[in-house]
Amino acid sequence: MMRNFLREFLHKGLLCLVLIGGLGTSLLARADDEAPDAFIKRISTGVLDAIKSDKAIRAGDMARVVALVDSRILPNVDFQRMTASAVGPGWRQATPEQQKQLQEQFRILLVRTYAGALAQVSDQTISMKPQRASPDDKEVMVRSEVKGGGDPIELDYRLVKTPGEGSGWKIYNLNVLGVWLVETYKSQFASEINAKGIDGLIATLTERNKANAARKN
Amino acid sequence: MMLRTGFCAAYWLRRVLQGMLLVAVLGLQACSSLSAPDHDKDPMEPMNRAIFGFNEAVDAAVLKPVATAYTTVVPDWARKGVSNFLNNLQDMWSLVNSGLQARGDDFSDNFGRVILNTTIGVGGLVDVASKFNIDRHTTDFGTTLGRWGVAPGPYVVLPILGPSTLREVAALPVDMGADPSYHLGGDTTDEVEMLTMKVVDKRASLLGAGDVLDGAALDKYSFIRDGYLQRQRNRQYDGNPPDDDSAP
Repeated sequence: MMRNFLREFLHKGLLCLVLIGGLGTSLLARADDEAPDAFIKRISTGVLDAIKSDKAIRAGDMARVVALVDSRILPNVDFQRMTASAVGPGWRQATPEQQKQLQEQFRILLVRTYAGALAQVSDQTISMKPQRASPDDKEVMVRSEVKGGGDPIELDYRLVKTPGEGSGWKIYNLNVLGVWLVETYKSQFASEINAKGIDGLIATLTERNKANAARKN
Repeated sequence: MMLRTGFCAAYWLRRVLQGMLLVAVLGLQACSSLSAPDHDKDPMEPMNRAIFGFNEAVDAAVLKPVATAYTTVVPDWARKGVSNFLNNLQDMWSLVNSGLQARGDDFSDNFGRVILNTTIGVGGLVDVASKFNIDRHTTDFGTTLGRWGVAPGPYVVLPILGPSTLREVAALPVDMGADPSYHLGGDTTDEVEMLTMKVVDKRASLLGAGDVLDGAALDKYSFIRDGYLQRQRNRQYDGNPPDDDSAP
């Protein structure tokens, strides 16, 4: 139960950032005419290959992992939307300064927390599932599967069309084994906001990030 | 000597577990009838949090150190053999359940895995089936009950075993009784050794994940709960849960 769940969700859930990370290379790719699933496939396979061949990352070089995530992931994620969704109704009441801080701290939390697992990628491969969306959809879900040892891991993305920007698509939510990232953090953030307000949430995130950074050293 | 300590610990663990299970189930009925739930999904949150706290304490004091020592002392190939052996036994139970759930593809895969790994894989020690890309589909009696239409019921944190739902609690005697990876031998000594091996193996495989969880979760209890419930719902609907469009 708990162990199966934990093993699956967390260990492989890190792959989600690996795969988003690959989207960074899409900056060099053609823009908006690529179908979203072809886009994800091309990028995630490219990223997995990059991770597997980088000895420093596989040895656990945290700085390199964080740099990889920062440079290749963020341009392809609509982080503002992700943060706004996770924060919920409180987002609109937050000042622009608070919003900026929330986004920043959430970003650091995810990057630093999950980056450690990128080194664990070994021989996984990605296979895409049939696409259901119509070509005119502005928001699509792309479904894939990570295979390689054990039960296959379901990995789904929600993308929004951003014509002319980056590679034409941006991720705004991620699902690993049926667990949506934004929904999970919505719950986490909601309790903090109810107890301590937006500033309280920012403070909690900041403290947590400091603690994580200290722990890794 | 580690095994002997494990033997004693696991024996008492089982007794305590049975006792607390009884308390949990009785408490469940009491709590559910008493007050209005805060969350629809977690009406027993105060009690669950308490048990969660207990689990964390036991983990920090016993499980994690033992698992860490295990990974330090036992070489990688030996640990892999242990994992494969236990997984193969668990696959046998998954096979039965995929049959009960009438899931033909999963049944075939599990069947292939068990046959290959038990024969060519030398009693399960080598995971031959994965090299042939035969997927693993882990399932248990709790999931089978769900497939037959039993609703999951409230979220329950079990002592030691962790997150569960009422349905899984009901299925627990069947799962623990019939799943061969929980016990193989006839007498208590063998059973306890198997249980110890299973617990240590699982905990060791989660050492890295545990660290990530500590960093990623603002509130570990609700993080685990929400993830567990989402995951269970996803499995229930084969990856297509209704109201899946939950993103804003």
